Amino acid sequence: MGVEFEQQPSVELSKVAVSDTHGEDSPYFAGWKAYDEDPYDESRNPSGVIQMGLAENQVSFDLLEEYLEKHSEAASFGNKISSFRENALFQDYHGLQSFRKAMASFMEQIRGGRAKFDPDRVVITAGATAANELVTFILANPGDALLVPTPYYPGFDRDLRWRTGVNIVPVHCDSSNNFQITIQALEAAYADAVSKNIKVRGVLITNPSNPLGATIQRSVLEDILDFVISKNIHLVSDEIYSGSAFFSGEFVSIAEVLEARNYQDSERVHIVYSLSKDLGLPGFRVGTIYSYNDKVVTTARRMSSFTLISSQTQQLLASMLSDKDFTEKYIRINRERLKNRYHMIIDGLRNRGIECLEGNAGLFCWMNLSPLLKERKKESELALWKSILYEVKLNISPGSSCHCSEPGWFRVCFANMTERTLEIALQRIHDFMEIKKENDVQQQ
Amino acid sequence: MEMLSKKATCKSHGQDSSYFLGWQEYEKNPFNEDRNPLGIIQMGLAENQLSFDLLESWLARNPDATMFGSNGGSIFKELALFQDYHGLQTFKTELVEFMAEIRRNKVRFDPQKLVLTAGATSANETLMFCLAEPGEAFLIPTPYYPGFDRDLKWRTGVKIVPIHCSSLNGFRITKAALDEAYDEALKLNLRVKGVFITNPSNPLGTTMNQDEFNHVISFAVSKNIHIVSDEIYAGTVFDSSKFTSIIEAIMDRNLEKTDIWSRIHVVSSLSKDLGLPGFRIGMIYSNNETLIAAATKMSSFGLVSSQTQYLLSKLLGDKKFTRHYIQENQRRLKKRQQVLVSGLQSYGIPCLKSNAGLFCWVDMRNLLSSNAFEAEMELWKKILYEVGLNISPGSSCHCTEPGWFRVCFANMSQETLNLSIHRLQAFVTSNGDGNYQNQKLSTRISRRNSLVVS
Repeated sequence: MGVEFEQQPSVELSKVAVSDTHGEDSPYFAGWKAYDEDPYDESRNPSGVIQMGLAENQVSFDLLEEYLEKHSEAASFGNKISSFRENALFQDYHGLQSFRKAMASFMEQIRGGRAKFDPDRVVITAGATAANELVTFILANPGDALLVPTPYYPGFDRDLRWRTGVNIVPVHCDSSNNFQITIQALEAAYADAVSKNIKVRGVLITNPSNPLGATIQRSVLEDILDFVISKNIHLVSDEIYSGSAFFSGEFVSIAEVLEARNYQDSERVHIVYSLSKDLGLPGFRVGTIYSYNDKVVTTARRMSSFTLISSQTQQLLASMLSDKDFTEKYIRINRERLKNRYHMIIDGLRNRGIECLEGNAGLFCWMNLSPLLKERKKESELALWKSILYEVKLNISPGSSCHCSEPGWFRVCFANMTERTLEIALQRIHDFMEIKKENDVQQQ
Repeated sequence: MEMLSKKATCKSHGQDSSYFLGWQEYEKNPFNEDRNPLGIIQMGLAENQLSFDLLESWLARNPDATMFGSNGGSIFKELALFQDYHGLQTFKTELVEFMAEIRRNKVRFDPQKLVLTAGATSANETLMFCLAEPGEAFLIPTPYYPGFDRDLKWRTGVKIVPIHCSSLNGFRITKAALDEAYDEALKLNLRVKGVFITNPSNPLGTTMNQDEFNHVISFAVSKNIHIVSDEIYAGTVFDSSKFTSIIEAIMDRNLEKTDIWSRIHVVSSLSKDLGLPGFRIGMIYSNNETLIAAATKMSSFGLVSSQTQYLLSKLLGDKKFTRHYIQENQRRLKKRQQVLVSGLQSYGIPCLKSNAGLFCWVDMRNLLSSNAFEAEMELWKKILYEVGLNISPGSSCHCTEPGWFRVCFANMSQETLNLSIHRLQAFVTSNGDGNYQNQKLSTRISRRNSLVVS
């Protein structure tokens, strides 16, 4: 994990501070930099790099803005003179009760009422980034491991490992079965860890998956749960994209599986959630850990002192999310819009001869460019990625940055831009594919 | 196999200490003027509630600061998407100017050297992660804020070695104490990475003087270690001219161009000065580029809500307001402190002479039944359960001498403060002749005289 560096007498910083486990030297972040240096703008920089590497949800802001206009008191501490004061003083790590209630009910609504959430089990954190790190600190010791199915969100390398000293052992998934998690893959990963003398503490899944943009099937969830029970380890389910499933019924939360089992063995299950993706509010830093384990809840709460949500923001969200008419409408319309965007990009790519994994959730699609690779190797994938970044001017995320074991796959975000920009991006891909075809023809 | 990590099952979260237990008892039976007049008065919480009216009237005059801008071009979307760990530039610019203002503009801060964190709690922990390996140590003067045991040690694995300070010289840091602490660390086989000072001090309520700066700075220079200066109470100094930031102290000694300059790190927050602990606004300031780069990335785990950054950028951008606020706030704090000090003094309870903070360091040694920590606990429990006041016993702050208590005065109304003084007075008059009081009376009187506020 750490980078070797020379021990100076004492001015040096810790190994954690100077290591590269923050992961910022990966292509995931390099593409981001290229975008920052030459960002696309419809009028001011029409030939700039289009950012398709950022999983943000910008399709439903109008709904939020409309709510805020109608309910200005939600943001301005209400009408009571004392409420600013109370709010500004509130640093209780339990979090505002009204906020926890609103979060629990919002999470229930997203799951169509198929699972119940107890507000007293909601622990607040400044974003899912903090929640994932915090849960890792609680479940594992330095040197231990979490099993994480590939491909996975590049940020996990930092969030789960950097300061915690915990390892990630990949559970390899591939296109032969649409990248679904299998028991064999879990067992293989577990055995791999054991052979390296690494203690496995749990499995961490993302459902719906980032970067696949697909929900995990119920039967697979049951298998995973059985697996963690058999090994006596934990299961963390990062469900931050749960509200972004295009069809409510297609997303099955681990909470539903537990409920069906009468909560047997639930004390090993912990859910991470956030409002950054579903509500498009990454700046407000609103994350939670929902655990069925009392000790984890207590400990997580204490640890959340290091990463509390601003009480001002809790207040705003408490108002917004307890308005059930608003949330029902928001969830429904947001899903619809994401679904439309998804179809727009899938169809657009298909017309240019590019296939994607069949997805049903999230803010991105998992695109298959392996036919374009010179060789089935990571280096070829990165070469292709670079040409797409610097020639086609699209920042998309190469599968290798997501630890995908099969070269040629790319995550392409579609919800962080206007439809017009998406059309332009598709046009650029069209042109790129045309040129490729010509070159291929010429080479024959 | 043990299902949770060692960190989860150990006691390093510190919540079994009396500091937190007192808090719990208060929550079970909280004082309320109308609804529960016999309840426990919370004097263990260092909050500043004296100047909210100033903030509230500013908000009433500037509704846009919270409403995301009502006139077209909504800033809401921009803020909602803003998660850049470099922080909102406008906010950082205003913040460093505010920090400079508090320091009489003797120090200027560069916003590029500032890292925003979710509260000073997060800033302090982040610094430990960056400056020390698990198992290495920081030296901290006692008595110190009980929360440090959790904030600095829990998840980082860093150790605290106390620098013992004594009432004999007003709890000032001495060269001998520094050396002793360092030797102690060596004996324990701990590598010392730095000194961690809180200035103004919690729980003492005093600002560091030039002698202390001399000792700490030469010590850090000679041992080639870091200095972390937690200056979260800088805005609570009753008289600004008496507060010197570590940065100013270094500059006064012409050490900016030397090695030590990159080993000075300041922590601050708006929780105490502006009384906004709920908003989670903390910061790390350092001239060490590598540190700033690492801490910035680490702040991903505890960013400040962009909604809050925006509000504060507007508030702090109103210079007329901030100047007035700083002055008025200081005036009110000073007045409150006087009320508590004179109230206690009037029936024989001295306080350490202080010039800052939201609390007094109170000498209740003459109320102890014996010169022992058991007696301190006994007294603390009596005061908690019989008198109905939650104050913080010195042992929870790692004080080496029994009998000292931290008593907060800024987190309640004037009436409640008067009531708490009255309750204590009643207690002292009926209990005031513990055995210990009759012993060595003359020694304690002369010691007391050097500590009492004139």
